[in-house]
Amino acid sequence: MDGDHACCEGALAAGCRFVAGYPITPSTEVVERIAARFPSVGGMFIQMEDEIASSIAMQGAVWAGAKAMTVTSGPGFSLMMEHIGYAAMTEAPCVFVNVQRTGPSTGLPTQPAQADMMQARWGSHGDYEIIALCPNSPQECFDLTIEAFNLAEIYRVPVMIMMDECVGHMTEKVVIPRASEITVEPRHYTTQKPEEYLPYKAEKNSAPAMVRVGNGYRFHVTGLTHDERGYPSTSLEIHDRFVNRLIDKVRNNARQIIMLDETDTADADVVVVSYGITSRVAVKAIQAARKNGINVGHLRLMTVWPFPEKRLHTLASHVKAFIMPELNMGQMYLELQRCIEGRAATYLIPHSGGTVHNPDDIYQKIVYAARHPRKKKETAK
Amino acid sequence: MSAKNPRNQYLRTERMPNIWCPGCGLGTAVNCFISAIEDCETPLDQISVVSGIGCTGRVAGYLKLDSFHTTHGRPIPFATGLKLSNPKLKVVVFSGDGDLFAIGGNHFIHAARRNMDLTIICVNNFTYGMTGGQVTPTTPIDAFSSTTPYGNIEEPFNLPFLADCSGAVYVARWTVFHVRQAARAMREAMHKNGFSFIEIISPCPTLYGRRNKIGDGLKMMQAFKDNSVIADETDTRNVALDFRGKIICGKFVDREKTSFLDMYNIKMAERFGPFYEPYEGIK
Amino acid sequence: MTSEIKFGGFGGQGVILAGSIIGRAASIMDHKYATMTQSFGPEARGGACSAQVIISDDKILYPYVTRPKILVMLSQEACNRYLPEAADDGVILIEEDLVHPKGLKPGMKVYAIPATRFAEELGSKMTLNVVMVGFFTAVTKLVSYKSARETVKSSVPLGTETMNLMAFDRGYEYGQALT
Repeated sequence: MDGDHACCEGALAAGCRFVAGYPITPSTEVVERIAARFPSVGGMFIQMEDEIASSIAMQGAVWAGAKAMTVTSGPGFSLMMEHIGYAAMTEAPCVFVNVQRTGPSTGLPTQPAQADMMQARWGSHGDYEIIALCPNSPQECFDLTIEAFNLAEIYRVPVMIMMDECVGHMTEKVVIPRASEITVEPRHYTTQKPEEYLPYKAEKNSAPAMVRVGNGYRFHVTGLTHDERGYPSTSLEIHDRFVNRLIDKVRNNARQIIMLDETDTADADVVVVSYGITSRVAVKAIQAARKNGINVGHLRLMTVWPFPEKRLHTLASHVKAFIMPELNMGQMYLELQRCIEGRAATYLIPHSGGTVHNPDDIYQKIVYAARHPRKKKETAK
Repeated sequence: MSAKNPRNQYLRTERMPNIWCPGCGLGTAVNCFISAIEDCETPLDQISVVSGIGCTGRVAGYLKLDSFHTTHGRPIPFATGLKLSNPKLKVVVFSGDGDLFAIGGNHFIHAARRNMDLTIICVNNFTYGMTGGQVTPTTPIDAFSSTTPYGNIEEPFNLPFLADCSGAVYVARWTVFHVRQAARAMREAMHKNGFSFIEIISPCPTLYGRRNKIGDGLKMMQAFKDNSVIADETDTRNVALDFRGKIICGKFVDREKTSFLDMYNIKMAERFGPFYEPYEGIK
Repeated sequence: MTSEIKFGGFGGQGVILAGSIIGRAASIMDHKYATMTQSFGPEARGGACSAQVIISDDKILYPYVTRPKILVMLSQEACNRYLPEAADDGVILIEEDLVHPKGLKPGMKVYAIPATRFAEELGSKMTLNVVMVGFFTAVTKLVSYKSARETVKSSVPLGTETMNLMAFDRGYEYGQALT
C-alpha cells in the first residue's frame, strides 16, 4: 500500500476513532481511506468546511474521549497554525499529519518537499514545544503514526507526522503486525474525584492526567493562560510556570522521545544527517562513498522535533564534517549548525523540491567534505 | 452577592466578579441560560458549553459545566467534534456576533446545513466589545463604531434569516429585556434534535450605546422594550434590524429535520445492512 | 540486481494496477523488494497515465525510475514520451495494435502482443492490463509465474477472477512462445 494509506492504517491501529479533514493533494488518500474504513470500526470521520475547522473539531473530539487526527498538506497546514498553538496551550493530545508538497503558496501541489519543517515547530505564535516525526517509507508511515499517537498521550502535545508527497504516494510492502504486538498508549485519566481534581496540576516535566467531558468533573479549558484549576489568570508568575512546563515536558524528556537511526557514525569522519525521503537518497550516496574508501556515517532523524542536539553535540567531538541534504533551502540545517557550534564543518545540500536529490549531488558533497573537514584542536591534557 | 443565591450552584462563584461592564446584557443572558438548564431534563453533567473569543466568549468560563473557551470564530467546529464523539451531550455554543458571524461565519452556515445537533446562542450587541467597539457583521447601517467613525456603510446580516436559509430547525430572537421568553427559547432549542439558533439582542452601553448616543445600560434596555415587537412565526426575511428601528422578536422557525448523526446512522445502515452497529459515540 | 520498469498508457487501461500487481508479486510473494511511484500532476490528467516500479534483491533507496530497463507501453503517446528515457539495451513491451515505437536504439529489444484483441476475445477489454502482466511475467522473468498469477487473483474485482486468470495465461503463453 502507499504511505497515505499506511498512515490511515497506523491511525486505526493506534486507536484513532475521530478524524476531521479537508481534501488537499497529496494527503487526500489518507482521509479517503479513513472515510471508507471508519463506519465499520465505530469511528467518525467528517469532512469539514476547511482546515481551520478540521483542526479544531479534532480537539473537540479529544475532550470527548477520542483519539483524534487531522490530515493536510501545504496551504491547509498553514491554515491550521493557530490550532497547533491551541492544542499546545490546552494540552490536547492530538495528531496533525502533513504530507508535504512544494511551496510557497500553491506551489507544486503534486510534488514532494520538506519545506514545512520550521513551520511545524514554530508556526503558531507564542512559546511552546511540539513533537514531529518523519517517516521515510510506507512502512514507517504506519509505524510512526502509531508512535505519534502514543507520544501525544504521554506528553499531551500535538504531534506532527511530517510526511512528503513521495513517501505518501509511494507503494511498498507494509507489514501490519497483530494487534497484540502493537503497543498502544491509553489516555491517562485521573483517578481523583471531581472535588479534588485540578485539571492543570502536573508534576515537573510532565503532563497532568485528563478527564473526559460528561463525567461530572465540570472542568474548564481555555486558550488563555490558566492556573491549575484551568481558570484564566493574568498572574505573571503563573504564566511563567505554565509556559515553562509546556516547554520542559518535551525538552526535558527529549531522550525518551527522540528516535534516531544511526549507521557507522562511531568512527566516521563525515556524517550525513537526513530525514524523510531524503534519507533514502542519502544512503545511496553514502554506500557509494564508503565503497570509495570515505569514512562516512549516517544519522537519520525519525524524530525531527525535538531536535537531537545532545547527540549531535557528542558526535561533533570526533566527526570532522556534517552534511545535511533536505528538500528545502536550509531549514533543519540551521538546527544542525546550532548544535555543532562550529566544532566541525557543516554543509547544506539544498533542494527546492519537486523531486528528490540526485544521489550524485550528495556523493560529490561527501567527497568534498572529506577533503575539507574542520581540523580538530588537540584537547589540552 | 449572597452565597445563598440558588443560581450560584450553576456558576463558578470563585471567579466572580465577572469582567463585564456595568449595564452589559451578558449577565442577563447567562441568567436566562441558567433558568433554561434548571428545568432541563438533561443532567447538568451532560451539558457542555463552548464559547469563542470576545466578551461573550467568556461565558463558558463562568458556568459550572464542562466548558470550553476556544479560539476566535471556531466554537462551532470545536462543538462539532465534541458532539460527534459523545452524542449524549447537549452541546451549547455561546458566543458573540463578531465571533460567530465574521470570523466564524463559514462554520455557522455549514453546521446549519449539516443539521449538526447543536444549540447556538448568539449574544448580539452589534459590536466587538473586548477590542474596543469595532464594526461587526451585524452593526446597522449608519451606526458609529471605532472603525466606522463616519457611520457604518455595510449592510448587516439578518441573523434569523441566515440561520433559517442555512437549514436551522429552530430560530428565535429575543432581547435581554425578554428574560422569560429568552429562557424558554433556550430550553426549547436545547430539546430540538438538530441545529438550533437563538439571537439575543443585548446592550453594550460602554462602546455601542455611548458612541451611538443611545445611553447607558438602563436606557438601552428601555429602548429594547419600546422598540420590540413580538411576532412569532414571522417570515425571517422580514426581521432584519435597522438602526434604532423595530426589533421583531419571537420564535420564527420550529421544524423537524433529520439531524446529522441520525442521517449518518440511517445511511450507513442502508449501506452496511443489518450488521451495522449504529454509531453512538467513541467508546 | 535492481530493475527499473516503467508502465505507460492512458487512463482506464489499468496501467497502475498492472504496475501494482507486478510490485506486489515481487515484494509480497517473491520476497524481493519493490517500490511503485506514480506520476501525479497535470500530466496525469487528460488520458496519460504511468507507473514506475523498481524491483530489487536489496532495499530500494532511490524511489524514482530514471533510466528504465523495461518499458511496458499501452499507448502511442506514452511510448513517444518514455522511450527516450529507456536504457540503451532496454526491453520494450508493447500493445502491438496501439503502439508503434519510434526512435528505437540498436540495443533495444521489442516484444509485441495484441493484448487488446486477446482481452476482447476473452470477453472483456478491461482485462488488457492483465494480459500485459502475463506477457511481462513470461518475457522478463522478474517475477515468478506462480506469484504473478496469485497476485492477479487477489487484485482483481470479486467475480472476475476466472476471466482475469485466463487473460493472464493468454499473455503468459504468448510471451513464452516469443522467448
